[in-house]
Amino acid sequence: MTLSRIPAGSPPAVDVRDLRKEFVRRERRRRRRVAALEGVTFTIARGECVAILGQNGSGKSTLVRLLSTLLLHDGGSARVFGHDAFRESRAVQRLVNRVSVEASFFKKMSALENLGYAARFYGMTPSQTRGKLPEILRRVGFPADRAREPMEHLSRGMQQKVALARALLTSPVLLLLDEPTTGLDPRSKQEVQEFIREMRAEHDSTILLCTHDMAEAEILADRVGILDRGELLCLEPVADLKRRFGADTLEAAFMAATGRSFEDEQDERDRKELA
Amino acid sequence: MRAAAATLRHELIGLSGVVERNVYLVKRYIWWDVAFMLWTIANTLTIVFIARGVNVSAAEENALATKFLVGGVIWAFLGIIFEIVTETVAWERWEGTIEYTFMAPVSRPVHLFGMGVFAVLYGIVRAAILFAAVVAFIGISVPDANYTAALALLAIASISFIGIGMMTAVLPLISPEKGTQLGFIAQGLMLVVSGVYYDVSVLPGWMQWISKISPATYALRGNRAQILHGAGLEWRDVWPLLVIGLVSVPLGLFVFRTGERYAKRHGKLKRSG
Repeated sequence: MTLSRIPAGSPPAVDVRDLRKEFVRRERRRRRRVAALEGVTFTIARGECVAILGQNGSGKSTLVRLLSTLLLHDGGSARVFGHDAFRESRAVQRLVNRVSVEASFFKKMSALENLGYAARFYGMTPSQTRGKLPEILRRVGFPADRAREPMEHLSRGMQQKVALARALLTSPVLLLLDEPTTGLDPRSKQEVQEFIREMRAEHDSTILLCTHDMAEAEILADRVGILDRGELLCLEPVADLKRRFGADTLEAAFMAATGRSFEDEQDERDRKELA
Repeated sequence: MRAAAATLRHELIGLSGVVERNVYLVKRYIWWDVAFMLWTIANTLTIVFIARGVNVSAAEENALATKFLVGGVIWAFLGIIFEIVTETVAWERWEGTIEYTFMAPVSRPVHLFGMGVFAVLYGIVRAAILFAAVVAFIGISVPDANYTAALALLAIASISFIGIGMMTAVLPLISPEKGTQLGFIAQGLMLVVSGVYYDVSVLPGWMQWISKISPATYALRGNRAQILHGAGLEWRDVWPLLVIGLVSVPLGLFVFRTGERYAKRHGKLKRSG
């Protein structure tokens, strides 16, 4: 499924064609190749926000990690603002940042220390970040009096705010969000969503949001895709998606597209845990 | 030209970031460092005290104690460089930051050299404290010591150790479960063949051959002569270290880059491995 909204003459923010990725799993001395992405094709225009919905193991994180230059592909291509994600990884790394479900910081270091470290990798000197870091933390609603506390003393919501500040600090033109609100309380969730809107409005960032949250996808994204067992089943505006599957809600459209709901998967997991 | 200068500036700022981060971590884990330092001092004392039990003249006893002390200090210095560079990946995986570091726009050589620069600075501070503590405790006399030459030789040896450390740093990348332990095995093998507390001449012939490619062999031989007899920077110790450094650093970078590609292909570049 391909849907392009590309201004004439400039490359799209993300151009993925027939992208394939497999992993080798060991099962009782046997090696089995498992497809994580099977011929995924889509484009994202500059400044657009695209949400990808999918169950656990559908390939969402693999897609984000391929675009983050953390994985090498097995076939197809992925270009970020015209740069090959696998051959020009340095150029891609300068343009991309990521906020994932895990905040991922040095636990004993403070928010300021962690942000300072991240800033150096993007070429910012201590004199450039001295005034900038407290300002960025203030913008994401992080309390100034806790900026020097070790990260391990902060709540998950607070840590996620620092992750947002890290993304804001590097002014990414492509922001990859891998379930950024999973496990957050409603207020923190709302703050993260507000941040995503701000990144688009003020920084003209292009956003790829991988999420479980249907409501979040619906309110934030211009187009929503459904990824199921490594295949991108569709990618279009929510209204078109509902119309195509004759559904009143995005959840109903998801069920119609995949034949399953998120709850089915949760029930399946619960059964396995009980067994 | 201007673009090259901007790239170089960017990389140097990235390198300073790695050093800065490690300084923060030392500050935050300071009691771990204090405990590790005390353990190293105690460990070195147990070796140096052996000299006190040998039935020889006072001068010979002092020389033997100094020989042991130099072995302990040099090994503590080179061992910490090796350990820090080797744990580049294991550390990031443990903290859960590996994905952010490896997707950041900084080149891998700069990342690894940043770890190496920090390791050398940290190693010098630890070695100085260890040397001073043991000398004060046991009362060793080293009036002829040529500290400048000893430091210069250590600086040259550090390059080789950073290169070898880069090769072993790849192990936790390929095998998250066993990689770090394999790195310790490599470090232990180098300890045995390099003559840390004895002359390499006492080793079996095949081990003496291996000792020729260990940078620690030349660092230990040179430093002993410098501390005990006030020798200068001897060419016979310098040239093997330069050759090993010239070979091990590019080889280390190549091995690490190959390992990184393997990890990216097999999905091992993540916190859980």
